[in-house]
Amino acid sequence: MIHFEQVSVQYHDAAAPVLGGLDLTVPEGELCLVVGPSGVGKSTLLGAVNGLVPHFTGGVLHGRVTVDGRDTREHRPRELADLVGMVGQDPVAHFVTDNVEDELAYGMESLGIAPEVMRRRVEDTLDLLGLAELRDRALSTLSGGQQQRVAIGSVLTSHPKVLVLDEPTSALDPGAAEEVLAVLQRLVHDLGTTVLMTEHRLERVVQYADRVLLLTPDGPARFGDPAELMALSPVYPPVVGLGRAAGWSPLPLSVRDARRRAAPLRAALEGRTPPVVPPVTTEPVAVVSRLTLKRGPNPVLRGVELALRPGEITALMGRNGAGKSTLLGALAGLYKPDSGTISAAGLTPHRSRPKELIRRVGLVPQEPRDLLYAETVTAECAGADHDSGTPPGSCRALVARLLPGIDDTLHPRDLSEGQRLTLALAVVLTTRPDLILLDEPTRGLDYAAKARLVTVLRELAADGHAVLLATHDVELAAELAHRTVILAEGEIVADGPSAEVVVSSPVFAPQVAKVLAPLPWLTVTQVSDALRTPA
Amino acid sequence: MPTPNRTRQPRPVRSTRSAIGPRHLHPGAWWLWAIGLGAAASRTTNPLLLLLIVAVSGYVVAARRSTEPWARSYTAFVKVALAVLGIRLLFTVFLGSGVGGTHVLFTLPQLPLPDWAQGVRIGGAVTLEGLLYSLYQSLRLATLLICVGAANALANPARLLRALPGALYEAGVAAVVALTFSPNLVADVQRIRSARRLRGRSDKGLRSLLSVGLPVLESALERSVSLAATMDSRGFGRTADLPRRVARSIGALTLTGLLAVCVACYGLLTEGTVRWALPVLLIGLAALGAGLLLGSRRSVRTRYRPDPWAWREWLVAGSGLAVAGLLIWLSGRDPAAFNPPAVPPTVPELPLLPALAVLLGLLPAFVAPAPPRPGAPK
Repeated sequence: MIHFEQVSVQYHDAAAPVLGGLDLTVPEGELCLVVGPSGVGKSTLLGAVNGLVPHFTGGVLHGRVTVDGRDTREHRPRELADLVGMVGQDPVAHFVTDNVEDELAYGMESLGIAPEVMRRRVEDTLDLLGLAELRDRALSTLSGGQQQRVAIGSVLTSHPKVLVLDEPTSALDPGAAEEVLAVLQRLVHDLGTTVLMTEHRLERVVQYADRVLLLTPDGPARFGDPAELMALSPVYPPVVGLGRAAGWSPLPLSVRDARRRAAPLRAALEGRTPPVVPPVTTEPVAVVSRLTLKRGPNPVLRGVELALRPGEITALMGRNGAGKSTLLGALAGLYKPDSGTISAAGLTPHRSRPKELIRRVGLVPQEPRDLLYAETVTAECAGADHDSGTPPGSCRALVARLLPGIDDTLHPRDLSEGQRLTLALAVVLTTRPDLILLDEPTRGLDYAAKARLVTVLRELAADGHAVLLATHDVELAAELAHRTVILAEGEIVADGPSAEVVVSSPVFAPQVAKVLAPLPWLTVTQVSDALRTPA
Repeated sequence: MPTPNRTRQPRPVRSTRSAIGPRHLHPGAWWLWAIGLGAAASRTTNPLLLLLIVAVSGYVVAARRSTEPWARSYTAFVKVALAVLGIRLLFTVFLGSGVGGTHVLFTLPQLPLPDWAQGVRIGGAVTLEGLLYSLYQSLRLATLLICVGAANALANPARLLRALPGALYEAGVAAVVALTFSPNLVADVQRIRSARRLRGRSDKGLRSLLSVGLPVLESALERSVSLAATMDSRGFGRTADLPRRVARSIGALTLTGLLAVCVACYGLLTEGTVRWALPVLLIGLAALGAGLLLGSRRSVRTRYRPDPWAWREWLVAGSGLAVAGLLIWLSGRDPAAFNPPAVPPTVPELPLLPALAVLLGLLPAFVAPAPPRPGAPK
């Protein structure tokens, strides 16, 4: 269905071409997952399928890309619209109209499909994706998972043979991600759609893939069976990590596969417990009490009680829209409480002057780029020193530690997602705040960048900072957090040691916990350490 | 180019929305109704008639607006109208008005100005006549604004643009994109200002507002580029090939049509009816229509479930146009009642027949279908 012949793409200002001479044939009706670390050209590959690369992005494409016999050299993206449906990471950026039904019809209107056919296909798609209840709703009022399903539906109505998805579940909470993946599964199985997708959160998707395309910065691309390639891949989900640690072959890809093989492992671990992390009992540095906060007419937080201690890493989890970002914002003084009090390192955040507050509380927002204004990394560091009144060079020293070998003259927007996050973190850490808040830090990070972030955050906690991170990433919470707080509809529904909170929830449990339940093991590291030291 | 997807269906399948039950009225009907009320308001300075028109529009909006975000725009327009009124009166108080008068209400200290500033006055006597004259004039403008606000609140502007003929489709999309652009821009400004606070800079004052300009523009630009990419990959801009001669005549017809309509509107709305205006309007409309009809052949687009134009639409649009027509006719017969003199100040009277005519504009409150409530069980 999709053929790549010796494809490489050279962008104008880049030193080396992306995708050096890629050959690839994706058969019809398969779900093919593109795997690889950041910066190996996954997005370029996806864009090349419908001709956005190079028609829209610029650059030179060598070789030939054909989709169902149509060559992207002769067909512009709009002429492939009836054949290839393209959905990006951010559904909001995809929407052209303002309500669900019109959005589903938009693509068909452009293709000139007869009104009667459009009517029928919209109804079919509403049913297929479970959107019938939402048909009259304004797109801005939908949740993240619903928006992503509408985005997929809006390209499905044109009956494309190929669906191309760039990180469709990265921004979604675990429940919404399952909604979207169930839909993809159904498309591949029932309609024979060919799906080509990338996803950093492999633990969510690798089990559904028929084929995996493994791209590495050095060495050729490999295309083949998911279980075989996962044995070679530098990026892999925890369930594969567990399989590697236990020496299983072929490697399991889903929790179900792993559970069936895990009986001996469970027996070996029976009676042993992972090293217990002692609960942190220091005096709280920040206390939130009976906090109620409205944004618009509706309360987003209702009577939240929370205490954050120095040396403790707390994960804040919950659905999209549960109030996580608002709670972080309130702690950083961005919102004024409607009732209740917040005390952060002795200050009342919304009444404090920003200059004083940033010495005590630092927040890295969901979009780290918002924090960065300057033209170069050097200028950004100088600005941070100036803002916080620290001696010149303090921020640069932090950057050197967190991001060794970064090019000082780069513009912050030319950094990779992970580097930009680390730069923003360094800027925030310049004042050495007592309380560090991070909003969705792992969105768009590959496993390597995530591992670096984990190290940095552990060091900060060991230094006596209190860390609160809002995240959808259950694996990160299991590995990093001493304590997990779950927020639902603005109320705290669970608060306790991570090991207890995440294991007791089917949605928030990490893969290792699901495989080894009812044993209390959470991460691959715990298990492999235990296997290395006989009982 | 016939696409493989274009198949014929037996006729009974309906492609327009059903005209039965709660639904959105055709946006064109609401705009015609509001334009009718506005045109009526433009013929009079009688404050009672103008207030009556405002009341009629307000009642209809209260009765028939939906729960969607744009329905709240009516209040915003009323506020703007009141601001216009207030500013005009303040100007009259401080700068005087061209209308002489004998009823001096109070006298402000007058600023002496050199000779070359003759005709400009700052401070001085404030007369009742001057204030009344400005009040009448600005009330007319305020009423026009409120009529536009009523149309905005009742009909989603994006929906109106969807109803444009195919030839204007691309201009319509540009307008829709621009409409969604401004709320996004406001959200960006808020987000980036709060990020400034996180860096320890002040988020208050003009300087902080100015300094977010560049990042806001940057993110707006990025959003536009990504929107363009999606629209391209969803088939936006597919066109059918037209012979060159046809393409040229489309341009000529549309342009002359638009010009003629503009000139004719000017003629119709100036004081004292101009005889050539009506025929020019008709010719202009015909040329425009032909141009748009031909132009639609260039686009391969089809339209998903257009809003129907049923008898309710005829009644709503008709009521507005009837108000306009009757008031224009009556104003010719009794100009004094429509423009109560400010010199000497008299108490304006409410002329009976025009008032009854304006009340016709209430019809939509009863005949327009109730808008659907999203989320309500069907």
